[in-house]
Amino acid sequence: MIVENSEVILSVRNLTAEVNGTPILKGINLEVKAGEIHAIMGPNGSGKSTFSKVLAGHPAYDVTGGEVIFQGENLLEMEPEERARAGVFLAFQYPLEIPGVSNLDFLRVAYNSRRKQQGLEELDSFDFDELVQEKLEIVKMNPAFLSRSLNEGFSGGEKKRNEILQMALLEPKVAILDETDSGLDIDALKIVADGVNQLTSPENATILITHYQRLLNYIVPDFVHVMAQGRIITSGGKELALELESRGYDWLLEDAAIMEVGTR
Amino acid sequence: MSIQVSPSTIPNPDEFVTSVLADRDPYLTELVKQCQGLIQVIEPETVAWVQELRDRAASLARQYTIPSRNDEEWRFTDLSTLRQVTFQAVSEQSAISLSDIKSLTLPEAVNSRLVFVNGVYAADLSSVADLPDGVVVSNLAGLPITHRSRVKDYLAQHQGVQEVFTSLNTAGITDIAVVWVEKNVVVETPIHLLFISTSGNTPIISQPRCLIVAELGSSVTLIEDYISSPTSNSQSLTPYFTNSVTEIVLAENAQVSHTRVERESVEAFHIGKTAVTQARDSHYTCSAITLGGKLSRHNLEVFQTGEQTETTLNGLTMIAGQQVADTHSAIALNYPYGTSNQLHKCIVADKAHVVFNGKIFVPKPAQLTNANQLNRNLLLSPKARVDTKPQLEITADNVKCSHGATVSQLEDEEIFYLQSRGLDENDARNLLITAFATEIINQLPLASLRETLSVAVNHQRLAVT
Repeated sequence: MIVENSEVILSVRNLTAEVNGTPILKGINLEVKAGEIHAIMGPNGSGKSTFSKVLAGHPAYDVTGGEVIFQGENLLEMEPEERARAGVFLAFQYPLEIPGVSNLDFLRVAYNSRRKQQGLEELDSFDFDELVQEKLEIVKMNPAFLSRSLNEGFSGGEKKRNEILQMALLEPKVAILDETDSGLDIDALKIVADGVNQLTSPENATILITHYQRLLNYIVPDFVHVMAQGRIITSGGKELALELESRGYDWLLEDAAIMEVGTR
Repeated sequence: MSIQVSPSTIPNPDEFVTSVLADRDPYLTELVKQCQGLIQVIEPETVAWVQELRDRAASLARQYTIPSRNDEEWRFTDLSTLRQVTFQAVSEQSAISLSDIKSLTLPEAVNSRLVFVNGVYAADLSSVADLPDGVVVSNLAGLPITHRSRVKDYLAQHQGVQEVFTSLNTAGITDIAVVWVEKNVVVETPIHLLFISTSGNTPIISQPRCLIVAELGSSVTLIEDYISSPTSNSQSLTPYFTNSVTEIVLAENAQVSHTRVERESVEAFHIGKTAVTQARDSHYTCSAITLGGKLSRHNLEVFQTGEQTETTLNGLTMIAGQQVADTHSAIALNYPYGTSNQLHKCIVADKAHVVFNGKIFVPKPAQLTNANQLNRNLLLSPKARVDTKPQLEITADNVKCSHGATVSQLEDEEIFYLQSRGLDENDARNLLITAFATEIINQLPLASLRETLSVAVNHQRLAVT
């Protein structure tokens, strides 16, 4: 929702980044205020996922210019775990399977690291169990998944639900969902979208990164941005997503290509 | 009970005496001479047959040399550092009190424990008050007379008993830890065989010997534990040498759960053999945990002597610094319907070096055998080294066999995933290392051991980072 005079949570200015010397992000500008849902769309290889990973602090990407201010702090100077504790959450496109690490223990460690940052007392396993049972409802997850190893042998849908469960526990200030919808059947998509909708509030913000318009039928964005060749080439309201659905990306890409030539 | 051991497997050292020159390796001869302590029994009859066994093994050992890297079985493990040390055997008891070893005892096995210090039986540290009828857990001197003669039928009878370090051990038998479970007896209480080494000013050699016999339909859980004394100065640089042999005999339908823990000091040399003979329908499970030792070697050999046996071998080796840890396993499935599952995991840090050689033999008669083997290695430093060699020899044509070996490092993506949930890099790495070890540790039969070893793994891990 767009809230009048709400605080700016995330401000990205002219962000450039590369991986192994290859420029991927070529000047991203984005401002996200509390309460807002932003969708970033674009064809494969446009830099959407890179953008999300750079925000989360993935070490494989080198930031070469620009700045990212998160709640008044320079996000780019923070370690990935510091960003997480401060309230940046990335739901992974491909959540990793980690055999030998119990899902429940992992959730508790993650939860307590955020609590500690907020100056709150860490929860013991008894209190945490109670809390997590409550949060399971949000993503309609079977409690049996808690005693299993983190994501090990989970289906695609179960992994994504587990990501949203983590989001529910960590209560981030800004949640970046990287292709959370890809590969989900419609039932799983509804559950995941419903979970995300329950977690959005006037105090936090959500960035949806997606290739498909379908997700936006279930999570309605306030703003839609189209990314191509490492830049946001156009922005609009939710109707832009519908236009992309019917016309594809090509018309925008052609415009962008002309602009590219024009700037040279 | 009936245990089939084919006649050809019973060693006949007489064959060798005239054919090979004795004292080929003065170092080995000296070790054999060192280990000629008194046999710990009272009545002469037992002393006589043990002495005879020792003499035969001694004359055999003196025809060998300490293996070098030219020896295929020792290609990756260099024993020249062992040769640089002169070891002496001890015969007197060490002054260790029960309170000294409090941290080493297992609450599940408080009164089902035998303790040996530097290879010498420590009666005051041992207690077997908690055991049901039909099970004998004792050193040689404490054995009922009836069992002394029965031990003779099984001691040093396994295939491969002529191997050099086994011969060295047999040549120096002064005492034996015996666990004898009678027909159809199910022993719920786990049995703890604890071998403590104290490190003084002179390098010592100790040669623990265990004999486990599980008669028809019996069941027992065994913890075989090698550790350096907590009272020893941890900074002590005095090396010591443990050369152990454990023979385990499973009669028909018997079940043995065996956990072997090696957590010697990092100055120790440890060469240990586990020789298992499995009659039909028996189940044997081994969890071998290796954390200690400057140089350690575990020879794990399983011989099937009947149909439909089940063998599970789990292994975890976690070493750092300049440690070398070598596991050589061999499973001989000679009858139909056998199953073997082996998972051996290694975590190698710093400049440590791990060796794994896993042989599985499935000859023609072993039809409808299932044999799986997997060796997974996690390298934590660019200088860490792994030599792994799965070795399946299959001539039966209707079997299911698989094997594999993986060598990997911690995945950056996994670390990042954990970081993105608020764990710092160090905690993320540690969590992943622990998780790798957990798969084996979680399968250990005793809660206290799972706990202790988790702590030991964490401790080892902290030393790494």
